[in-house]
Amino acid sequence: MPYEYLKSNIILNCKVSEDIFEMKVEFKSNTEPGQFFMLRKNDSPTFLSRPLSVYYADKETISFLYQVKGKGTQLFSLMNPGEKIDIMGPLGNSFSTAFCGKKTAVISGGIGIAPMVYLAQELLKRDNSVDFYCGFKGMPYCTDILDKKIKVFVSSQEGVAGHHGLITEIFNPSAYENVMTCGPVPMMKIVANMCKEKNIPCQVSMEQHMACGMGACLVCTCETEHGMKRVCKDGPVFDGKELIMND
Amino acid sequence: MTETKICGINFKNPVIAASGTFGFGREFSQAYDLSKLGGICTKGLTFNPRQGNKGIRCCETASGMINSVGLQNPGIQSFLDNDLAFMSSLNTVIIANLSGSSIQEYVQGAELLNSSNVDMIELNISCPNVKEGGMNFGIKTQSAAQVLGQVRKAVSKPLIVKLSPNAEDIVDMAVTCEKNGADGISLVNTFKAMAIDIYKRKPIFKNITAGLSGPCIKPIALRMVYEVSKAVNIPVIGMGGISCWQDAVEFIMAGACAVQIGTMNFIKPDICLDIINGIETFMIKNNFKSISEMKSII
Ligand SMILES: Cc1cc2nc3c(=O)[nH]c(=O)nc-3n(C[C@H](O)[C@H](O)[C@H](O)COP(=O)(O)OP(=O)(O)OC[C@H]3O[C@@H](n4cnc5c(N)ncnc54)[C@H](O)[C@@H]3O)c2cc1C
Ligand SMILES: Cc1cc2nc3c(=O)[nH]c(=O)nc-3n(C[C@H](O)[C@H](O)[C@H](O)COP(=O)(O)O)c2cc1C
Ligand code: FES
Repeated sequence: MPYEYLKSNIILNCKVSEDIFEMKVEFKSNTEPGQFFMLRKNDSPTFLSRPLSVYYADKETISFLYQVKGKGTQLFSLMNPGEKIDIMGPLGNSFSTAFCGKKTAVISGGIGIAPMVYLAQELLKRDNSVDFYCGFKGMPYCTDILDKKIKVFVSSQEGVAGHHGLITEIFNPSAYENVMTCGPVPMMKIVANMCKEKNIPCQVSMEQHMACGMGACLVCTCETEHGMKRVCKDGPVFDGKELIMND
Repeated sequence: MTETKICGINFKNPVIAASGTFGFGREFSQAYDLSKLGGICTKGLTFNPRQGNKGIRCCETASGMINSVGLQNPGIQSFLDNDLAFMSSLNTVIIANLSGSSIQEYVQGAELLNSSNVDMIELNISCPNVKEGGMNFGIKTQSAAQVLGQVRKAVSKPLIVKLSPNAEDIVDMAVTCEKNGADGISLVNTFKAMAIDIYKRKPIFKNITAGLSGPCIKPIALRMVYEVSKAVNIPVIGMGGISCWQDAVEFIMAGACAVQIGTMNFIKPDICLDIINGIETFMIKNNFKSISEMKSII
């Protein structure tokens, strides 16, 4: 589906947790889990647009879940309903969910949970059984909005909820037919390697600094066994077996 | 009214998409009708395919960005086989941006492109992001003259040389290129720059330095276009940080017969259309009947 570029009306922009916000904008499109949009405040002192994944979408709106990291996301968090934001998308490929009746595991780290909530719901719609593993540094967020049929496993490095430690410590790929992950690269690398050993398909959503967001400038590449690939166009979702993850 | 002729080639208007910021046009063709453009420069092409640089390739700055792509491209033969037919169907002027890491590679590439149906060749002697070859042909006039001399022999199509703002003396460089057979000059490419990750205590880029572009370079690029235009008798295409039609008019008044738009395509995908329309409205309101009437007014 081709992307669109327009000024969208912000419907909602509220705090979800300490530095986590949800923004909902008017935008008519069909998006798939894993796809993202490029967002920019007009006349912003920051220059480039910021990529954010689709957290939730219906026919009329798109929602984003974002963490305030630097200047750009800070500016987003200060915007009010009724203001306009420049938005381009949907961009990139998506998680492949064209299977049903499978045992699937969805694994997120930190704000990597953003695209995974939407993904888990879509997997459920296709009659897959879904176990949701989400790791956090401190307090968890957004773990309570999932369908009750989804089993949720939580970890916190600070030990404030669920397993005290890393999410990968309580995940065993052998129990699953499909695995999908999004989060910090070191976490995704562990998950991808675990799956590779057991020969279980693993889809990995990568992150990279972006400029055009549509595949033209080649600044967002990651290394794969088939050469350098554009995260914004050939990804963000890649086969865990073909990715070469450094760091 | 906005049409302009450069090295014998007719452009509908003086607005060209800059090399490396527009791919081969495919992605932007979803945003608008590319036949509205004066022209498109391809991503920098080399005879042999290149993987480009590893590590982080992009860093935001105040009013701009630094890039370290390192000329990732599929190689000229692949471009001719897979991309040129699409570009030719766009009904705009197609300019192939030619690069290389040795004189021999430049010449091999030039020969292939010269026998294709691209309209013009833009010789890129100014990419700051490639290390191989140990030479940056765009810094010293002597090495620029060498590579241009050899490429000129292989090219009968219009040949434009794209200058680096990092050249020792940009005016000397332009004059040298004119003497050695350039049909036109385009400038500027990106400025050599750097950024540091203060927490990791390391440069952001593996190559340490990379190329700065965007609105932050505009005033310097404009000055260079002005100085070069005064010194040569061949057409000059101006670029560097152009973000609106007013900027484009400034470059034309400073001596450019056309402009290229690079980084701003990332900020607003249809920025070139705004600039084309803005130039036309300005000309009507201010009674300019042609681009050449407005060119070099300063
Ligand atoms: C495909 C994709 C989907 C994403 N989805 C989400 C999401 O749903 N929610 C969320 O909170 N974050 C998401 N991110 C990360 C988010 O884009 C960055 O946190 C954000 O760009 C940081 O901007 P800043 O101005 O706050 O930070 P700064 O550090 O000030 O940003 C400076 C520059 O670096 C870039 N940058 C910094 N960190 C990242 C990063 N991790 N990834 C990409 N670019 C970065 C910025 O875009 C900007 O160009 C996603 C990234 C990608 C690539
Ligand atoms: C991501 C990126 C890639 C580029 N790649 C090339 C290239 O392959 N060949 C080239 O001649 N110039 C390349 N350039 C330079 C631009 O064509 C242009 O000269 C420069 O960015 C200044 O213009 P701007 O400020 O409008 O972007 C690139 C610039 C950027 C930002
Ligand atoms: S951000 Fe430009 S190619 Fe991916």
